[in-house]
Amino acid sequence: MSNGKNPFIEDRIDPAARQWEEFYRNRWQHDRVVRSTHGVNCTGSCSWQIHVKDGIVTWEMQGLDYPKLEPGIPPYEPRGCQRGISYSWYLYSPLRVKHPYVRGALLDLWKEARAQHDDPVEAWRSLVEDPQKRARWQRARGKGGLRRATWETALDLVAASAVHTIRKHGPDRIAGFSPIPAMSMLSYAAGARMLQLMGGVSLSFYDWYCDLPTASPETWGEQTDVNESADWFKAKFLAVMGANLNMTRTPDVHFAAEARTNGSKMVVFSPDFSQVSKFADEWIAVNAGQDGAWWMAVNHVLLREFHFERRTKAFLDYARVYTDSPYLVELVEGKEGVRPGRMLTANRLARYADEELGEWKFVQWDRKSGAPRMPQGSVGHRWGKQQGKWNLLARDGKDGAEIDAALDLIESHDGIAMVQFDDFGASRTLERGVPYKVIETVGGAKVKVATVYDLLMAQYGVPRGLPGAYPANYDDADAPYTPAWSEKYTGIDRKTLLRFAREWGVTAEKTGGKCTVIIGAGINHWYHANLMYRAAIHALLFCGCVGVNGGGLAHYVGQEKLAPMEPWSAIAFGKDWIPPSRLQNTTSWHYVHSDQWRYEKSFREYYAVPPSSEGGKFVTGHSIDQNIRAVRNGWLPFYPQFLANPIEVVKEAEAAGAKDEAGVVTHAVAKLKSRELKFAIEDPDAPEAWPRLWFIWRGNALMSSAKGHEYFLKHYLGTHHNDVAEDLAGDVVKDVKWREKGAEGKVDLVVDLNFRMDTSALYSDVILPAATWYEKADLNSTDMHSFIHPLSAAVPPCWESKSDWDIFKAVAKRFSELAAKHFPLPVKDLVAVPLAHDSAAEVSQREPKDWISGECEAVPGKTMPTLKLVERDYKNLYQRFISLGPKVRENGLGAHGTAYKCEDFYDEMVEHGPVTRFDGKAYPSLTDATHAADAVLNLATVTNGELAYRSYQAMEAKVGLPLADLAASNRGSRITYKDLQSQPRRLLNSPMWSGLTDNGRPYAPFTYNRERMVPWRTLTGRQHLYLDHVAYLEVGEHLPTYKQKPLPAQYADLKFSKEEGKSLTLNYLTPHGKWHIHSTYGETERMTTLSRGCEPLWMSEGDAERIGIVDNDWVEVHNDHGVVVTRAVVSARIPSGICIQYHSPERTAGVPRSPLRKNRRAGGHNSLTRTRLKPNLLIGGYGQFTYHFNYWGPIGCNRDTHVLVRKLPELRW
Amino acid sequence: MDVRSQIAMLFHLDKCIGCHTCSIACKNIWTDREGTEYMWWNNVETKPGTGFPTQWEDQSKYKGGWESDGKTLKIKSTGKGRIVPNIFHNPNLPSLDDYYEPWTYKYSDLFTAPEGDDQPTAIPVSKITGEPIEVKAGPNWDDDLGGSKIYAANDPNAKKLSPEQQMQMTAIERLVFFYLPRICNHCLNPTCVAACPSGALYKRGEDGIVLLNQERCRGWRACVSACPYKKTYFNWVTGKSEKCILCFPRLESGQAPACFHSCVGRIRYLGNVLYDADKLTEIANRPDSELVEAQREMILDPHDPAVIAAARKNGIHEAVIESAQRSPVYKFVKVWKIALPPHVEFRTFPMLFYVPPLLPVMSTQVDGRLDNVNDGLFAEIDQARAPMAYLANLFSAGNEGKLRYALRKQMAVRIARRQATVGDISMETADRALAEADCTREEADEIYRLTALASEDERFVIPPFQREMAIEMVEDPQEWKQSAGFGFRASPQEKRL
Repeated sequence: MSNGKNPFIEDRIDPAARQWEEFYRNRWQHDRVVRSTHGVNCTGSCSWQIHVKDGIVTWEMQGLDYPKLEPGIPPYEPRGCQRGISYSWYLYSPLRVKHPYVRGALLDLWKEARAQHDDPVEAWRSLVEDPQKRARWQRARGKGGLRRATWETALDLVAASAVHTIRKHGPDRIAGFSPIPAMSMLSYAAGARMLQLMGGVSLSFYDWYCDLPTASPETWGEQTDVNESADWFKAKFLAVMGANLNMTRTPDVHFAAEARTNGSKMVVFSPDFSQVSKFADEWIAVNAGQDGAWWMAVNHVLLREFHFERRTKAFLDYARVYTDSPYLVELVEGKEGVRPGRMLTANRLARYADEELGEWKFVQWDRKSGAPRMPQGSVGHRWGKQQGKWNLLARDGKDGAEIDAALDLIESHDGIAMVQFDDFGASRTLERGVPYKVIETVGGAKVKVATVYDLLMAQYGVPRGLPGAYPANYDDADAPYTPAWSEKYTGIDRKTLLRFAREWGVTAEKTGGKCTVIIGAGINHWYHANLMYRAAIHALLFCGCVGVNGGGLAHYVGQEKLAPMEPWSAIAFGKDWIPPSRLQNTTSWHYVHSDQWRYEKSFREYYAVPPSSEGGKFVTGHSIDQNIRAVRNGWLPFYPQFLANPIEVVKEAEAAGAKDEAGVVTHAVAKLKSRELKFAIEDPDAPEAWPRLWFIWRGNALMSSAKGHEYFLKHYLGTHHNDVAEDLAGDVVKDVKWREKGAEGKVDLVVDLNFRMDTSALYSDVILPAATWYEKADLNSTDMHSFIHPLSAAVPPCWESKSDWDIFKAVAKRFSELAAKHFPLPVKDLVAVPLAHDSAAEVSQREPKDWISGECEAVPGKTMPTLKLVERDYKNLYQRFISLGPKVRENGLGAHGTAYKCEDFYDEMVEHGPVTRFDGKAYPSLTDATHAADAVLNLATVTNGELAYRSYQAMEAKVGLPLADLAASNRGSRITYKDLQSQPRRLLNSPMWSGLTDNGRPYAPFTYNRERMVPWRTLTGRQHLYLDHVAYLEVGEHLPTYKQKPLPAQYADLKFSKEEGKSLTLNYLTPHGKWHIHSTYGETERMTTLSRGCEPLWMSEGDAERIGIVDNDWVEVHNDHGVVVTRAVVSARIPSGICIQYHSPERTAGVPRSPLRKNRRAGGHNSLTRTRLKPNLLIGGYGQFTYHFNYWGPIGCNRDTHVLVRKLPELRW
Repeated sequence: MDVRSQIAMLFHLDKCIGCHTCSIACKNIWTDREGTEYMWWNNVETKPGTGFPTQWEDQSKYKGGWESDGKTLKIKSTGKGRIVPNIFHNPNLPSLDDYYEPWTYKYSDLFTAPEGDDQPTAIPVSKITGEPIEVKAGPNWDDDLGGSKIYAANDPNAKKLSPEQQMQMTAIERLVFFYLPRICNHCLNPTCVAACPSGALYKRGEDGIVLLNQERCRGWRACVSACPYKKTYFNWVTGKSEKCILCFPRLESGQAPACFHSCVGRIRYLGNVLYDADKLTEIANRPDSELVEAQREMILDPHDPAVIAAARKNGIHEAVIESAQRSPVYKFVKVWKIALPPHVEFRTFPMLFYVPPLLPVMSTQVDGRLDNVNDGLFAEIDQARAPMAYLANLFSAGNEGKLRYALRKQMAVRIARRQATVGDISMETADRALAEADCTREEADEIYRLTALASEDERFVIPPFQREMAIEMVEDPQEWKQSAGFGFRASPQEKRL
């Protein structure tokens, strides 16, 4: 049949003539489809259908069967991006690690040693204690020469090293790095569990990755809590900054596009025309790293127009109830003037003098009684003996009387004080009038107090007819935070800003707060990230946008949500057997151990503080000394703990007569005080302080996670490196022991579990073949959506690979066998842990005093780390590993401050199996990963409705308000691993999480707090705009502020690098890219083909021309820390002054040599970075400023890095 | 009236992320073999840019598509109806340089390198020769404006703009890019089919899918030249050409094509339309500016009793007619008129339509600072960061009116939804915007729902294929059931070049 009148086009119907079509039909046919997902750090958590044909995985397609949310919300299907859909390439690729490998130099020595020593532990000792032999394999690291080994050899070597390390140095010299458990939580748990049962150290990731938005704990006492992506659809104003949704939130971005169709406005802030800018109504080309200046000026406009001029009731009511705005702050008279000080505490007032924990309860001005009053809900109400008053009701904690809090004192004050405010942009101090009340305190002293709100109005420069250096109007470019002022930083005209601020405010007013800031690494990786975040958070809080569907701060970078946290953390950290765990903040660990501290002077070189603080303890000296104090005072952890084996410390105490935990602790404290026992951080280059055995799994610790990668190579590995930096710290440090030369090659053995030969594998000593994400059972959850997914074995682990669960189980087994000889009896270990968030330690250090200098007593758990005596049964470690221990039954479970009992469910598991039996007892089995999966699902509140109900009940007692109704309709819900394999399941309401999700409602953070009046886990229980820790007052960040970016000269990136040929200095940005998830996928055929065959350096047309570079030229990018050689992509969408290399390339594929660095192989993006600590992020023991793993602490910022770029003179492979 | 059913497609560019998940879904299943490495049946391009193969839109170079003198159509590549007389002379084929030389890396070196004095790295090697290669081109080389001076600046659609407009497209005030995903358009008037000397190419009678018979193809590559979209590719191992098959094995089992299924931006829609094949030649000879409307004219109203009767007469299954009535593509293209065919001036009548993208508002420089120019909440479409003429060159054969209509209606839908969900835009303003966009409230609501809320079964309305009836023409379906899958598979003989 011909088509129309065109005689040459045939429409063919005859099936006989079309039988050839089976050629393509046959290809499509397959044998099996299995549901799995990708355990990669993207938080995508997508449901995938893995297609198997002839027993081989052929391709993957997305699952489309997500249960729907409430009507009127777009569905989640499909989820899964270009990277995920290319994963099957890895399984059978030449990059696949199919067998165990050991570095040849080590394997030869090992075989020799084994020939001489029947005992593997002795064999290892003979090698590692011989400096020449040890250096032999260290020097060979990363230089090829890998050799295939048997599993037996590899396990012997690794287990022997662990036994020896514990015996000789202490268990806290064994460390493990594995990031983001939520992406494959059981694989994470396997290694962590083995380490914690040994007494080893789990290294954090969220803070180290610089993904932890410290403004979140500062404001909310919460690590991170964000909207699931479906909730973007509810937002009517989307401000996207530092987040490139197309790149990083690929499966979610449709919700933003669809919200636009539904009438939402979308504005994108980015220095370059980023991929997401395409969706924007407006692209605001803000100068790199100046987003803080933008939001400070937006806040100026919002406060002036919506709060002051129009008195928008909803905004003011919100500020009064849900923020610390009405709390009273003392005004302190200093030498140079009046400054805002600490928040006034209840115990200072006669009315509350006897109040329990009165110094941890805070005060508002009550308009009703015309007196200061102490509302319920403060941290003191949370941790006192008296329960039931930890809530947000406007009631007096003493007698329950209603409080009518004054936001401002402008109409009823006792005077106007001229208060100092810092203008860091102009390096000056301004004085502005602030209304105050005079309050008589216990003992008769009178103090001047102002509300947080009035201080904010003054800080933001809202003129309210008050005297002082307030701006005249919006066009006053000289006064900080006016629209005109912001122009010089942002490069954006004030008219655009004014329009934005007004549209923002009006949208929030009309919709009850449906404005969302989507924010990410583009902001959070700067040194002053917390300030930029706070400024944006304030724009949300001033307009009542937090705790609302469609509103809030949606931070998406490295954030994760391990939804079934309570049982998972018990299993992962071995708390079912031994509760205290050694959990290390990795930023400090690497800063110290990889000796990066040695390469900088005082942080004051690049950190501006108010002149009035000069000499303060938080603004003086070197970051490492700040960190040492933080460890001594229990603010941050540090492992190894002491310059001694903690097992030996116990033995010594017992030899000296200690009988019990108290005795051992007393003994240890005395030794610490007398300085006979020192913290390891005080002398990190001493061999006694070195980490010795390092496990890496599910991550790329030596490359994409290694800020200061070249320092890692030098100081950890003892191999070649390309940094040219020299020691700078010698003259500045005080508390740390300065050794003339930094130690090189600290780590004895690096063990990497991997399915692919990435940079970390290439530089490791032992590489164990890991099953891929299509070859094992696991669980996966995220905060991008509210479902939980399985990983499943579509095919069995290929070649000799094993799942992470089975690998660590195997190491544990061999370790226990060797321990039978070396540790026949249980040993005692003294574990030092920092003061913990969500515990009573939040109310331990109102004043930061140092016991070391005699400012206070050394009291474990109060003024110094908590010290716990534990028993480790090494020969039964394997049996414990495969059993869910009795502490779960005895103590119940909990997380984020929740608690519930679950003995009935535990007993049910024992009764109905599977079980592990040893020493005459039966325990729920954790032998297989599927057992662990079911244990987690059975005992978690998000997957077992009865336990959620119990957990709400327990919370009711604390809060004093009804809550259990939130779980009433779910009490019968239980989910198993097999259920998840059949269809994605939605998570249940749980008090561990702050969003409410009943009836398909999208998860938005803090809706639980806002609607049910449950406090935030902060000092006042409210969202904190004002931060009154001494450190914040000293550094001038008590109020939101603007600080300038550290300059390259001050930051010590380019002190020793030589400029050769035509070069340019550029700010080096490493945002998340399109063709990889961190380093995964980036070196695959698919992704390299669709990009430029490498991870190129994006430059502007003007900058490229200036140094004679055309598109696709090779460039050499270098600074003191190392060098990168790659190709240039020259593009009009990049502005001058910055260059972008998307995070994160491997050194393993297509990386040439660097002429500038002796023609050695060039590195990856982290060859150009080095980390620095921000001192106010090291504090602890004070409300929300109290340590928790991945929750609080310094972050590994890298965005302020500068590099020199030049054309590569000669290409050499 | 000669009514036929055709599977038609729609890509909503306002939603496209440019992620290429579609490309890989396709590649994994269909073109992962030796000989097909460089084939991207589905690819995604950055616009402005030169695309893949490079500058495929430039028919002065490639001579694809048809040309019309107002009365008759000629295949541009041969000037004749069929290519037979010229099979040995085919000067307009893209060369390897216009595509790229596929490459991989010597990954195995990482495992096998002996211990040396530095770190080993896997160097790039050609997938054709196995030799080290300098990577200079790829199937997505100008992604996200990479090399904009070389690629975006040479976009054939921009070449027709004024020098000033061209310059502005990469200046910060006007800078923009968006994505154009492309598969075979399964055209109503495909030059590839007409040009094939072997009769290997045909349109399937039941769904209009254009297939290239792997048994009959003789590798003349006339289709490669003739297709103005460069969507047939030559397999250098089998010596035959291959092209997108619209995943007919998936469609036949009620599943969307892999690139549609995997589209995580949810931009893709699929459904059959009924068209009048009698009109084809007449319509194909109309002037460029009328072609968008002419093609719409050819697509028939599946609710029209006369159309239904004619369809029945032509043997179109009742269920296929019903499916056409629910087709989302029909709504976007014919009812709402907000979807446009790519380069309709090539006169092949693509059955893939695009909803053109709304783009961010332009800005101006004020003393070195940037100020965005809009004064309302949403910008006027003429203030967007791409010259209307540029988009019109791509989607409406230069007819800006058609383009403006499609964009204005999209914006009116947003304004109406804003009014309904926020209320900071007045009812009057919303009504005026709708009226100016030729859109009713009901239509706006329907557009919103299908654009934003549609689930998979609403985006993809796949007509039933009644395979038992097709098989019955060859073999008893019962016997087929019992013996399906038994036998030996044979792939086309290798004929390496």
